[in-house]
Amino acid sequence: MKDSAINKEGLSRIDGRLKVTGAARYSAEYTPAGMVYGVLVGSTITKGSIRSIDTKAAEKAPGVLAVISHFNCPKIPGYQIASTEAGKPEPKGTYKLFYNNKILFNGQPIAVVVADTFERALFAATLVKAQYTSQAYQTSLKNNTASAFAAGENGESKRGTVAAWKTAPVKLEQEYVIPSEVHNPMELHSIIAHWDAEDKLTVWDKTQGVKDTQDGIANIFKIPKENIQVNSKFVGGAFGSALQVWPHEVAAIIAARVVKRPVKLMLGRADMFTSVGYRPHTWQKIGIGATEDGKLVGISHEAIGQTSTYEDFNEEPVSVSRSTYACPNVNTNYKLTALDIGSPTWMRGPGEATGAFALESALDELSYALNIDPIELRLKNYAETDPESGKPFSSKYLNEAYKMGADHIGWTDRSPKPASVTKDGWLIGYGMGGGMFGAYRDQATCRAVMIADGTLLLQTAVSDIGPGTGTAMVSIAAEIMDIPAGKIRFEMGDSSLPYAPSQGGSSITATVGSAVNDACKELKEKFSQLAGNTETPDYTKILKDHNLSKLEVTTASKGGDNMNKYAMYSWSVHFVKVCVHPTTGVVKVDKVVCVADSGHIVSPKTARSQIVGGAIGGIGMALMEEVIIDHRYGKLVNNNFADYHIPVNADIPQIEALFINKPDPYINPMGAKGMGEIALIGMAGAVANAVYNATGKRIRQLPITPDKLIGINQSAMVNGS
Amino acid sequence: MKQFQYTRPSTQQMALDAISKPGAKIIAGGTNLVDLMKRGVTAPDKLVDINHLPLKNITPTHTGLHIGSLALNSVVSENELVLQKFPLLSMALKAGASPQLRNMATVGGNMMQRTRCTYFYDTTMPCNKREPGTGCGAMEGFNRMHAIFGTSNQCIAVNPSDMCVGLAALDAVVIIAGRKGERRIPFTEFHRLPEDHPEIDNHLAKDELIIGVEIPDNNFAKNSYYLKVRDRQSYAFALVSVAAALDIDNGVIKKARLAMGGVAHKPWRLFDAEKWLIGKPISEENFKQAAQMAMAGAKGYEYNSFKLNLAPATINEALKHAAGLV
Ligand SMILES: Cc1cc2nc3c(=O)[nH]c(=O)nc-3n(C[C@H](O)[C@H](O)[C@H](O)COP(=O)(O)OP(=O)(O)OC[C@H]3O[C@@H](n4cnc5c(N)ncnc54)[C@H](O)[C@@H]3O)c2cc1C
Repeated sequence: MKDSAINKEGLSRIDGRLKVTGAARYSAEYTPAGMVYGVLVGSTITKGSIRSIDTKAAEKAPGVLAVISHFNCPKIPGYQIASTEAGKPEPKGTYKLFYNNKILFNGQPIAVVVADTFERALFAATLVKAQYTSQAYQTSLKNNTASAFAAGENGESKRGTVAAWKTAPVKLEQEYVIPSEVHNPMELHSIIAHWDAEDKLTVWDKTQGVKDTQDGIANIFKIPKENIQVNSKFVGGAFGSALQVWPHEVAAIIAARVVKRPVKLMLGRADMFTSVGYRPHTWQKIGIGATEDGKLVGISHEAIGQTSTYEDFNEEPVSVSRSTYACPNVNTNYKLTALDIGSPTWMRGPGEATGAFALESALDELSYALNIDPIELRLKNYAETDPESGKPFSSKYLNEAYKMGADHIGWTDRSPKPASVTKDGWLIGYGMGGGMFGAYRDQATCRAVMIADGTLLLQTAVSDIGPGTGTAMVSIAAEIMDIPAGKIRFEMGDSSLPYAPSQGGSSITATVGSAVNDACKELKEKFSQLAGNTETPDYTKILKDHNLSKLEVTTASKGGDNMNKYAMYSWSVHFVKVCVHPTTGVVKVDKVVCVADSGHIVSPKTARSQIVGGAIGGIGMALMEEVIIDHRYGKLVNNNFADYHIPVNADIPQIEALFINKPDPYINPMGAKGMGEIALIGMAGAVANAVYNATGKRIRQLPITPDKLIGINQSAMVNGS
Repeated sequence: MKQFQYTRPSTQQMALDAISKPGAKIIAGGTNLVDLMKRGVTAPDKLVDINHLPLKNITPTHTGLHIGSLALNSVVSENELVLQKFPLLSMALKAGASPQLRNMATVGGNMMQRTRCTYFYDTTMPCNKREPGTGCGAMEGFNRMHAIFGTSNQCIAVNPSDMCVGLAALDAVVIIAGRKGERRIPFTEFHRLPEDHPEIDNHLAKDELIIGVEIPDNNFAKNSYYLKVRDRQSYAFALVSVAAALDIDNGVIKKARLAMGGVAHKPWRLFDAEKWLIGKPISEENFKQAAQMAMAGAKGYEYNSFKLNLAPATINEALKHAAGLV
């Protein structure tokens, strides 16, 4: 009965057909009766306060039902509670919509206009005019590093001797900078809010976690969470941008209450750059030293990241230096600078992607200083146990990944001498960089129902933001139940279903997969008991024999003691071959090989697509992505896809995604670890390292655009062939 | 909401009458105009859709090739006569935008497309081109994409077109219809420098219609090249682009044509460098010297000074390609 396709190449996306035919309905694609449209009005100043808002023209415009701002917004109970402790300064936290007259960043929503059509709302929004009192503001990280403050408790750490790297015979110290980057998934953020009763709410919302959104809304509006129904059946990408309840969601919910009709609020593309977070602009400095034969003596890693004035966003980019390589002396220091810009948030590979760019670049620089191959340098400092906790790893096959990747990229073609290889007038270079990310397993519950016709229904409240969670879950269930995948229906994205955490931190296959695994095993066991045998049961026959319409279990699943006994990580290594034009500075990525050590691969096709997507994100990070702010106005100047560049097909070569595919014996029954983050982490460093190998020019400030390479390569050409 | 009228004239005369009315604006492929309307940069009272006029033809004349103003960018770039006589134009077109856009964009619309300067697009920012007298946001702002030649203290925007760089190099002539009849102007004199009126991009009068361009026959087909340097491999505007065309006899240059994009308010012809190359053997040394000559008068701003190096490098590279040295 086994579906052989599952076991060889893996299952194709179970929702693939729905997605390519347009049949998949995303959160914006529902039309509850009487639905109207909300459009936000953004602040045109960067800091200060609102003196007045003239809404008359907007209110008179055709089709307008309401214009809501802090002047007339119904009190939001969750906001009040936080601030009732009189006399104390307002605690920091997520941004509060329509809370007071303060302007904290440019584009901050100051009003929402509701009208009977989207176009009318959009037009009326342009008629809302505010009078402000402006204050001086700061939007430049570079100019404000002096005001940086320690980032939480983990702001500073040390293992061994501080600054020991300085005593090493071979050492270097360099600064690395990443600009802020935006998630900007293809699907725009959108919510439809509908109050079914005074204290009962239904939303169709783009979210990475229906349960967390339910909690978030319950906290803000102080209604029982059971009264909130959150639907998020399909999500067209999120990358971390849909892990919290954002102001536009609050605005739609308030608007729906005010106009007493369902309100849809969808952000425009420009809003996507300022309203749902971003990866923070971060400055880093690494000092690293080694013995002549390449043993690390010490690493010191400092970082200053941007945050907003109202919230401390802490993503710890420096942690990579503590845990990636075996190094006796590591000290880190992480600070935040509060700027008058909206808060950053988690973005694919949060912290680690930023930190790994610096660390993997620094290691590459060290390899040239030592004249040791970059892979060999990493193997010389290979951590056999977790350097930070001293615990054994639950599994680690990174050394095999190095070898596999090196073979596939053709690492032996790499010249250890930079700028020494040219082909058809282009400089050729190879680089590599690694990534790691904690392998997590959270708790989740799955209901498994075997129906009389032989259909297996699986239900859990997870969202699938695109990686193919449903496909992976069906693969797991098909294997255990020994039935064809086509007989399995996976239901998710609905807060009334059993608990699952938000899709983030590369933890869902490990977490929800375990719940699916456990539920299926329990259900199968129930059948076996009914039938009185332990062979693969004939489900339909047993149900019929016992006159049952269905048999179901609801199983909660979480990790045991092993979660504490072992250090659990996923690893990746990226190999990149680039061609750089010696005079124009154009970089073309010619070949990419990514190897993931993320345990057993549950769903090979969707796993491959995860790796490919992450690698492309990494190429974007390395070569083009950059949020640009004109500090004279505190405002983004490239809030569109013509000016904010992400890779297009022409930029992306064939990407080989390879897997070690050895199960982790401790993390969960499938032996599967996460891979969403590691697909991206380390990639930007690999590209930068390849560019250095090609040109002899080390770019430490992303993105690596042609202007940064122009004019230097004449000498590279002379040194080279 | 801003209401506007829409008309679809079926004859050139009707079109000319329609566009002479105040607030009227021609729409062709709409790929630029509609964006500008959405962003609030322009708000016409009346759209005159000229897509039904018989201006799509690409026909040989006894001195060259006529290309109608409504010929699609994609069609022109694949046209056999274009590929055979003026492959440079095809290369320039294919370097622009994306296949989807080129399938809508017309020759006339491409010539009339407005700058991509972000201060021009963002109506909350100062911009002398959008709103004369408000100042130039780019001059001391984010000006990485901006001009290094022919700027004024009013405006440093660039003309974003690739096609126009090719046409400028190929000595094309613009054919314009007005209510008083037709006139022809050299392509290099169609667009203008910003001077004190950056709001005016070119010399087309409001009540005139571009009906086509004519490219005179030449001997450049064998040795021409369009090189566009950009931040990604497709779907990005030029940092710098160069159209190079050479007529080479026995390794010696008989004629040269050079034009640059991404560096000025108009396609920037390098007349001095062209002249200097005449009679010179093809060699990287000579190309480099021509490139240096072309840079006379260039001026960089805070974020675009790299173009002072990139431009000559690109000229040299394009010439090498055109001459078959790469
Ligand atoms: C994301 C993006 C990327 C792009 N990248 C590039 C690029 O890399 N290189 C490049 O060269 N271009 C690029 N473009 C621009 C594209 O080439 C232009 O939008 C297109 O050529 C305009 O042609 P259209 O027919 O659509 O013009 P429309 O938008 O219809 O019209 C543009 C203007 O021309 C006027 N007009 C049109 N036809 C005539 C006529 N016959 N007579 C008089 N006036 C007329 C209109 O009144 C209007 O003012 C890009 C565009 C976009 C949106």
